Amino acid sequence: MAYRWKNDLSPTDVTPKGLWLNRRQLMAGVGGTAALAMAGGSARAQALEPNTLEQISTYNNYYEFGTGKDDPAAYASALVTDPWAITVDGMVDRPGEYSLADLMSGLTVEERIYRFRCVEAWSMVVPWNGVELADVLDKVGVQSSARYVAFETVVQPENMPGVARQVIPFPYVEGLRLDEARHPLTLLATGIYGQPMPKQNGAPIRVVVPWKYGFKSIKSIVRITLTDTQPPTTWNRLNRREYGFYSNVNPEVDHPRWSQASERRIGGGIFSSRQDTLMFNGYGDQVASLYDGMDLQENY
Amino acid sequence: MDIAQRLNRATRRVPAWPVYLIGAAWAGWLFWLGVSGQLGPEPINALERRYGLVALQVLVAVLAVTPLRVWTGISLIKFRRALGVTAFGFVLAHFLVWAVLDLQSLARIGGEIVKRPYITIGFGAFLMLIPLAITSNNASIRKLGGAAWRRLHKLTYPAVLLGAIHFVWLVKGYPMEPFLYLGAVIFLLALRLVPKRKPVARTAPQATATAR
Repeated sequence: MAYRWKNDLSPTDVTPKGLWLNRRQLMAGVGGTAALAMAGGSARAQALEPNTLEQISTYNNYYEFGTGKDDPAAYASALVTDPWAITVDGMVDRPGEYSLADLMSGLTVEERIYRFRCVEAWSMVVPWNGVELADVLDKVGVQSSARYVAFETVVQPENMPGVARQVIPFPYVEGLRLDEARHPLTLLATGIYGQPMPKQNGAPIRVVVPWKYGFKSIKSIVRITLTDTQPPTTWNRLNRREYGFYSNVNPEVDHPRWSQASERRIGGGIFSSRQDTLMFNGYGDQVASLYDGMDLQENY
Repeated sequence: MDIAQRLNRATRRVPAWPVYLIGAAWAGWLFWLGVSGQLGPEPINALERRYGLVALQVLVAVLAVTPLRVWTGISLIKFRRALGVTAFGFVLAHFLVWAVLDLQSLARIGGEIVKRPYITIGFGAFLMLIPLAITSNNASIRKLGGAAWRRLHKLTYPAVLLGAIHFVWLVKGYPMEPFLYLGAVIFLLALRLVPKRKPVARTAPQATATAR
């Protein structure tokens, strides 16, 4: 259902092309007034300036193109995104290979301005365009036995210079619990700032889960699998102690490499100051109930 | 005249002081790139990495000086002090960017050094290099005496090794680059264990003490 969750800001019409590169005073509501109102909480709008498209599309982690933050922007243009097919399988009523258009048909693409917090302790604010993953799941018909959703990123070795280096195993895989996947905040995003998704940001279609560390928001999806067992996830497989399945943004659970208590917003320049990281990246009043009764130190 | 002798003759006329100048200019230029937004949208992390990488590269060069002379006869020993001090400058810059621009608080700095092993060893390497930088002058060699000075400067070995391990440890996944540096460091240290050929006669006697 489109517009279940509302930005303070109306969709892309307030952000005419040409302005988004240097607007400075934009007030972006990320409190989610509508969802909050539905949840009975008090609406709290926060002034946040989204990052520029240039920042969002030149500082990326997309290891298929290399480990440098500027590698994806340098090499992702080779990625072939048209045609694009997504295999939907597992515990679904209507499995099959869907074209991107088929998967998105009839769904309303809306703008969602979300905080984005990387496990490396940097963050951005990104105005995504996308649909709720829940709507796509409804379309393919999730069977009652399903409990998890698994995703897989495309592998095009000839177009992805990082694949041969095997810095991490490919294809990149991620997963969500079904209730996380169905949460109104969880998006399948196809654009940023009203533009088609830049390839380095995961074109043509990617997951966005704003209360989890960025690596959970898997890019360039070619497979969606509904399953009843917790699916393997790439970073967890690589280093179980450092990257849990849940990987909710949590300033109290320290990562072995990076303190998660604070973060740096990208775009502040060389003298930018750190800011405190918010529990669930600031979406706690909307998602904390998903984890009622769970020990979040244990289930990091 | 063989290549080594010709090279040694050529470098004899090149003074070592430009190394300091180039190092300082390079560090300043990188900083300016960061300030002016030319290191990408996250200049703090970029600068931290660039300084650290240059430091490691120069330290590898420092470690290569002696094996190069022993195995090829090419002597760059007159540049070694300048290279070592320059490397320390980059380590210091790397540390300062991390402490002042990145972490921004003493509590965080202390916490990180204690909690994260890759930072602990990086910091340890930095501490080891401090006395070496301070004693990289002729007065210190005279004061300490050649033997003691050489013993002290053997700290270079563990410091560079820790620096390379620090690099391997801090990256995510298994990229090749840090392992290449670690491999180079281990190779250069291992060469020192190989029974040496008679050092090729140096074409110019050196004024400074040399450590092997």
